[in-house]
Amino acid sequence: MSDVLDNPNPPLKKKRRGQMDPKYAAYKGVWVFVEHERGALHPVSLELLGKGRQLADKLGVDLAGVVLGPNDPSSRDFCAQAMHYGADLCYLIADDLLRDYRNQPYTKALTDLVNTFQPEIVLLGATTQGRDLAGSVATTLLTGLTADCTGLEIDMEDRSLLSSRPTFGGSLMCTIVNLNMRPQMATARPRVFAVPEPDPARSGRIVEHPLGMNEDEIVTKVVDFIPDNLQDKPQLAFADFIVAGGRGMAKAENFQLVFDLAKTLGAETGASRPVTHAGWVDAERQVGQSGKTVRPKLYIAAGISGAVQHRVGMEGSDVTVAINNDPNAPIFDFSNYGLLGDAMTLLPALNAAFASRLAAERKLAGGGTPPSPATDVAQQEEVSL
Amino acid sequence: MHIVVCIKQVPDSAQIRVHPVTNTIMRQGVPAIINPFDLFALEEALRLKDKYGARVTVMSMGPAQAEEAMKKALSFGANDAILVSDKIFAGADTLATSYALAAAIRKLDETRPVDIVFTGKQTIDGDTAQVGPGLAIRLNAQLLTYVSKIRGIDAATREIVVERRAEGGVQVLASKMPCVVTMLEGSNEMRFATMPDMFRAARFDVQHWNRDAAGIEDIKQVGLKGSPTVVAKVFAPSPKAVKAEMIPGETPAAQCTALVDRLFAEHPKLAADLLKHLDSLNHSPEAAR
Repeated sequence: MSDVLDNPNPPLKKKRRGQMDPKYAAYKGVWVFVEHERGALHPVSLELLGKGRQLADKLGVDLAGVVLGPNDPSSRDFCAQAMHYGADLCYLIADDLLRDYRNQPYTKALTDLVNTFQPEIVLLGATTQGRDLAGSVATTLLTGLTADCTGLEIDMEDRSLLSSRPTFGGSLMCTIVNLNMRPQMATARPRVFAVPEPDPARSGRIVEHPLGMNEDEIVTKVVDFIPDNLQDKPQLAFADFIVAGGRGMAKAENFQLVFDLAKTLGAETGASRPVTHAGWVDAERQVGQSGKTVRPKLYIAAGISGAVQHRVGMEGSDVTVAINNDPNAPIFDFSNYGLLGDAMTLLPALNAAFASRLAAERKLAGGGTPPSPATDVAQQEEVSL
Repeated sequence: MHIVVCIKQVPDSAQIRVHPVTNTIMRQGVPAIINPFDLFALEEALRLKDKYGARVTVMSMGPAQAEEAMKKALSFGANDAILVSDKIFAGADTLATSYALAAAIRKLDETRPVDIVFTGKQTIDGDTAQVGPGLAIRLNAQLLTYVSKIRGIDAATREIVVERRAEGGVQVLASKMPCVVTMLEGSNEMRFATMPDMFRAARFDVQHWNRDAAGIEDIKQVGLKGSPTVVAKVFAPSPKAVKAEMIPGETPAAQCTALVDRLFAEHPKLAADLLKHLDSLNHSPEAAR
């Protein structure tokens, strides 16, 4: 890895070590692993179908969904959905042994499909399931895998996949290529890519394949599943409005100002890595490479400098407002609006400005009780002093 | 019971800075630490040592300086430490790393059979979470990732029951040893090193295994040669085409009112969505709080 970067956008360096085995020339097509848990499709698969469609179009090949699931209508329904979201066809292994995610049968299933139908690219979500499976399949196939990508492109010069992700603890980006092995595998973070518009008229063929396994060959058994109580957890990833605070909030008590503005806007509260590491707020609220990736309509960042590792978690926001007392803070390079000044003064002022504007709008609309700037003491317990 | 804990020495990424002008990584003075996620693995192994009298061997692949991390692990109470270190391992990606570590674990297994390999869910410098799954495949062991709790181990039947973080809930899995367990963060709290263990660690002769000692036969599978992935470039992300428009104002209040006015005027859809969103919250029982 290069240490010095004189050029902010250096050319690609692809030092080929040896040659690609000619057998890989037959590997064609882009695959997206369609993830489900407890009968529900994971949205990251739809996001990847959107991205996979672009890659397949660029390469002039088919996009396939890969569904591993029980032998019932739900698996075929996942195939149909994958087609609506852009797949040309689906590979399906429908076997009741695949009802719950387990590493061993899923690894065999995906590995067998790859060896039989030979795709050039395989994409999975960077979820606990996708990362578990991708690492196992890539090692079985002895091919390269790039984790947690935030960018996927094709280099038309040699049709290779360029996978970009943060590096050096999230201070810089790197682009990784897999020169000599196929398929090229990558996992991508949920919410990094947009969900494409579905087309219910789209359909395609389903290629079925047997699992070829018995339950007694599978060592690990799922004895229980304890669903999360979603009300207990912040739902950052899918929030439309987020107010986030960073190290610039100076101390835990000040974070209340972030919660207050979030309350007025009905927003979720986010935080940068130093804040969650310091324990000011729960780790579930972290936005960034090692936290959640978000795509809200409005993202307000207070006292966040905008390190790469935070940026990759929020640059999908529609509109970003940055509050910072440093005019050179990188966050201003990728925000729409900037407020230069002290977050501790600007946040209450912004809270008041939003509250009065929202009250006026509601009066115009002739309904609802005008909100006052929220300062809810009940939220205080979120902040460990 | 014999447990191997795979750890990695990493630069404390929270302290890595990029020079604002030259975009150079400023490495000077960045301390090397045990990957924080690996501490949860080590502590869990030490708890099994306390509970079942297990033997705990820490293992790492890295340069000679990583001995410092091994000694740290010993000071917490590990029985033995092996540093798998050879120039030929340099430049390894996760595939080549799991090959070398698996070879060393198999070698260790010849003299003292290994029941569980523990590791952190990922490292803070690579963030890939790939070496754990790679080890399980190469060792033909069961893979249990993102484990938040070990419910119990039955030494006679060799059964292990764990809670695993899945999407939308926790899977309770009953599996068998040998297995590879990657521990979730926050699953336990690292103990303090005791005085006797600190003294023992300081004097401890950490074993250094080169490729021959680790039983590595195929040198084409380690280091740069064994790594299918190549870093093609490292770069600072480019600023968006348009920089943030700075909203001026005589006072913070004026600044903020101007910003809100601009937001509502220039993003009418956003404003409408915000009002709709607040209305929906008002109609929900949540708003009663």
